[in-house]
Amino acid sequence: MSDELAIETISISKIYGSGNTEVVAMRDASVQVRRGEVIALLGPSGSGKSTFLTAVGLINPPTSGQVRIGGTLVMDGPRAAVNLRSFRRRHIGYVFQKSNLIPFLSAIENVQIAMELNGMTSRAARTRAAELLDELGVGDRLDHSTAMLSGGQQQRVAVARALANHPSVILADEPTAALDSHRGRQVMELFRNVAREHGAGVIVVTHDQRTLEVFDAIYEMEDGVIHQQKRKVESATVPERG
Amino acid sequence: MNLAIKDIRHNLGRFILTVLGIGMLLMIVMGMAGIYRGLLEDATLLINRIDADLWIVQKDTRGPFAEVSRVPKSLVYRVEAVPGIQSSREFVYHTIQRQHNGKPIRMSVLGLSWPVDKGEWLPLISGRALRQNHFEIVADKTLGLQLGERIPLGKETYTVVGITSGMVSSGGDGMAFTTIQDSQAIQFDSSGESVRLERAARDSRGQENELFLSQPALTEQLARPTAELPGVTPPPLSAVIAKVAPGADPLQVEKIISSWGDVSVFSRHGQEELLVQGMVDKAKRQLGMFRVLLTIIAAIIMALILYTLTLDKIHSIALLKLIGAQNHVILGLILQQALLLGGLGYGIAWAVGQKLFPHFPRRVVLTNDDLIQLAVIVCVISVLSSLLGIWKAMRVNPNDALMG
Ligand SMILES: Nc1ncnc2c1ncn2[C@@H]1O[C@H](COP(=O)(O)OP(=O)(O)OP(=O)(O)O)[C@@H](O)[C@H]1O
Ligand SMILES: [Mg+2]
Repeated sequence: MSDELAIETISISKIYGSGNTEVVAMRDASVQVRRGEVIALLGPSGSGKSTFLTAVGLINPPTSGQVRIGGTLVMDGPRAAVNLRSFRRRHIGYVFQKSNLIPFLSAIENVQIAMELNGMTSRAARTRAAELLDELGVGDRLDHSTAMLSGGQQQRVAVARALANHPSVILADEPTAALDSHRGRQVMELFRNVAREHGAGVIVVTHDQRTLEVFDAIYEMEDGVIHQQKRKVESATVPERG
Repeated sequence: MNLAIKDIRHNLGRFILTVLGIGMLLMIVMGMAGIYRGLLEDATLLINRIDADLWIVQKDTRGPFAEVSRVPKSLVYRVEAVPGIQSSREFVYHTIQRQHNGKPIRMSVLGLSWPVDKGEWLPLISGRALRQNHFEIVADKTLGLQLGERIPLGKETYTVVGITSGMVSSGGDGMAFTTIQDSQAIQFDSSGESVRLERAARDSRGQENELFLSQPALTEQLARPTAELPGVTPPPLSAVIAKVAPGADPLQVEKIISSWGDVSVFSRHGQEELLVQGMVDKAKRQLGMFRVLLTIIAAIIMALILYTLTLDKIHSIALLKLIGAQNHVILGLILQQALLLGGLGYGIAWAVGQKLFPHFPRRVVLTNDDLIQLAVIVCVISVLSSLLGIWKAMRVNPNDALMG
């Protein structure tokens, strides 16, 4: 049943450039992430992981194939089937490899803005942002400018922002690269809890072998092609919808 | 949360400098309009203060301000006799430039027809009006003369007895007021040598004249001062000004006088028109051109600033789009900054202008109409100049947030 799927890509490919400079960054990638599931995407540098993630994140349209989110067709080849920006705002949380934050906003404002864009009042957004940041261990840095945060702290602010709107999809590109193993693990567990509690589908690109047991499934990408490596037998429990 | 303000606070120093720069530029634009209004006011101020209904000047001239006009002294009585005229007065006006205390001093001397007019209508800020018909002078404060100061003009020395404020000629020169006799003495002053030469010339003309040859006693008369010679006309006036009696039709009176062959007549309004059109019009166009240029320059500079401000946060804009910010959020960010820049710049222009303009050598008058007009212009250029930045921001791909 496709509506049990948080994320489904059907044979998506991405070709950058054309002619001599043509690069096939992703070829026929078909991935299914169920609600409540957290999956890992591994692979060497340049294998196309970010390309895949941004295609699913509706910011880098695939050349062909389809992307479905929560059962809705959102990308049909390079064409958008929905208003991408409002879809992203309401349904997708992002943590990217680097430069995730808006430099002219403080830590808490970076989280707050995501909720305000979704129509939440400034006050309610601020309260929730403070809670999230507290949970992620940066509660004492709320009003710091982002330039005064360490790489790991910035990454955690980005994680808080990704979680802020209770998204149905969370996409994270090496979110733990700048974190120590304890913090890294904590972030992964946070993702897993959000997935479980809200029935979100989470895709994490990672090189971090230490945290792999958190994931429900592990995919490996090589030269633009995705292989499923392993899937836990005791598959994720899907929360009842209502 | 207001993103525009947050971004400005992040770059506060730079924003303040930018606002100051734009403010100075707008102040000059504001000043240009003020200078024009000042010219206009100065040009018409004297005419309004003098409050004459009719100006009677030399035939076919546009005197006495726009060009030189000479009319005979007797014209006063002819005008007075016209039905419907309440009173008429001599008017003498000329501009001189002399050296005083080692500095050039330029003044427009206006003769008051003593004893009817002692200058009570002058806007005195200190001292008094004229009290005797010779050797007293009332000077405008722009001339820099002190009360009681003595200033030699022609063969006499005059004492400053009163100081006025805001009395300047249409050329911007400070005005000085004396009696008609004194101002004519200043205007037609000639040196001792030239008087002697003139007498000698008269004498030699007499040598060849039948009348003088037959009556040698007359020759002696030629050596007497000009004022005592019936054959030599007294110094001319610049114009005659008249007031029309209440109830009389000014147009009718004007018609009668303009039918005379030796004079032209202007109503007060006509005299104002002469000054505004003839003397201020070019200045108006000149200042207008400058204003337009400066406004365009301000718009270009603002566009560049807003464009660079936008470029500086292009990554943030991409990120905002990535997390789903609607176009109006991004549009608002840039537009609000543009309007803030324009608005604060305008405020600074006004505030600094208030302090600075009074020290300008000529009057700068800020009228409400001009201020409102400039405010509208600033709004328009703020919006226009943000278009480039908005265009750039709209083209940003959210994917760009992930680069660099
Ligand atoms: N905008 C682009 N234009 C052209 N080629 C691109 C573009 N983005 C990525 N590529 C190419 O596509 C391929 C996949 O890139 P991608 O960024 O997806 O790799 P990745 O797996 O995320 O690598 P890393 O682990 O280093 O982040 C690479 O060969 C890259 O050079
Ligand atoms: Mg990558």
